[in-house]
Amino acid sequence: MIFCALLAGCDKNPTVIDDSPSAPAPVATAPLPEMLSGYHFQSADTQALQDDQFANPGMLWVDRGEELWTTAPQTGKPACAGCHNDAATDMAGVAAHFPKYNKSLDTVVNLEGQINHCRVEHQQSSPLVYESDDLLALSAYVGYQSNGLPIEVAIDGPAAPAFAAGQAYFYTRRGQLNLACNHCHEDNVGRMLRGDKLSQGQAGGYPAYRLEWQSIGSLHRRLRFCNVGVRAEPFAFGATQYIELELYLKWRAQGLPVETPAVRR
Amino acid sequence: MLKARISVPARARQGEIMAVKTLISHPMETGFRRNSLGQAIPRDILTRFECRYNEKPVFTATLHPAVAANPFIAFHVRAQDSGKLEFIWTDQDDQVTRVTRELTVDPAA
Repeated sequence: MIFCALLAGCDKNPTVIDDSPSAPAPVATAPLPEMLSGYHFQSADTQALQDDQFANPGMLWVDRGEELWTTAPQTGKPACAGCHNDAATDMAGVAAHFPKYNKSLDTVVNLEGQINHCRVEHQQSSPLVYESDDLLALSAYVGYQSNGLPIEVAIDGPAAPAFAAGQAYFYTRRGQLNLACNHCHEDNVGRMLRGDKLSQGQAGGYPAYRLEWQSIGSLHRRLRFCNVGVRAEPFAFGATQYIELELYLKWRAQGLPVETPAVRR
Repeated sequence: MLKARISVPARARQGEIMAVKTLISHPMETGFRRNSLGQAIPRDILTRFECRYNEKPVFTATLHPAVAANPFIAFHVRAQDSGKLEFIWTDQDDQVTRVTRELTVDPAA
């Protein structure tokens, strides 16, 4: 209290006053001693399905994404391949750096947001609906070009506020069960939650094929699933809160390989 | 339009046993589920898969509602003559998806 009073009385340096006491101080190191991808927590059968580049059902969306990549929109503007050329070389590693700050939108966008930004800005087409097969296919295809490359996102400069908000989200209790992300994905990693083994909540495999969904799905679909699990009201697909959380999760997973399209339980 | 993935060698020796893998995008909707409004979701499944080697059926399967979405079917075929392998999926309304692969068979060593 005394400290607050001192700060409030100090007119010469008003920027020191922070009226958001819930925002944690930025951390410099990862919160977990050993980083384990969600792959580590899957059964041998599920791991084998992900490893088999042919049998992995997520590759159906990657194939579809490749078609979309080279198909020009009806607006007469170039296809994705018209600007970005060969995805295998030009898009390698790109997905590993998302979400990131987009200068023209003046906000942090994830890969899905960047794809839609390109569609609107450069292809004069309507944005694809979040979680539509086409957007999943394109993001899976672009993500696949980074398969095996380490995740590395920028959290400094204009991305810093989003990172702080994402981190705060991660450690905030929510829902009727009153749980924060860390209660499962840090404090109880490796233990069973009914039939499921709790992972570290690493996000490098998305869009991922979940056997339970019998489909590929975005990270935001998974986050909504987590929210419903703790009986909290989920946010909309592509919501700012999820993009901020996605940035925090990707930072938390830095160094782990991109596994798109991963296969999960 | 269904999307199929086929893994089969393009060349083989006569008598060689080849592993063939197929994957096709299909919802395999059982007809037993209901949507968020409580309405029944109509059944939509593939009912038959067939592989023909130079017009001769070498593998067939009958599919049922319990088969998961995006059916993955793997089997083995013995290479005999050069020619084509045809993969044919038929759905409940007799809509056919057909993929053909050429196979070159070298004489046995």
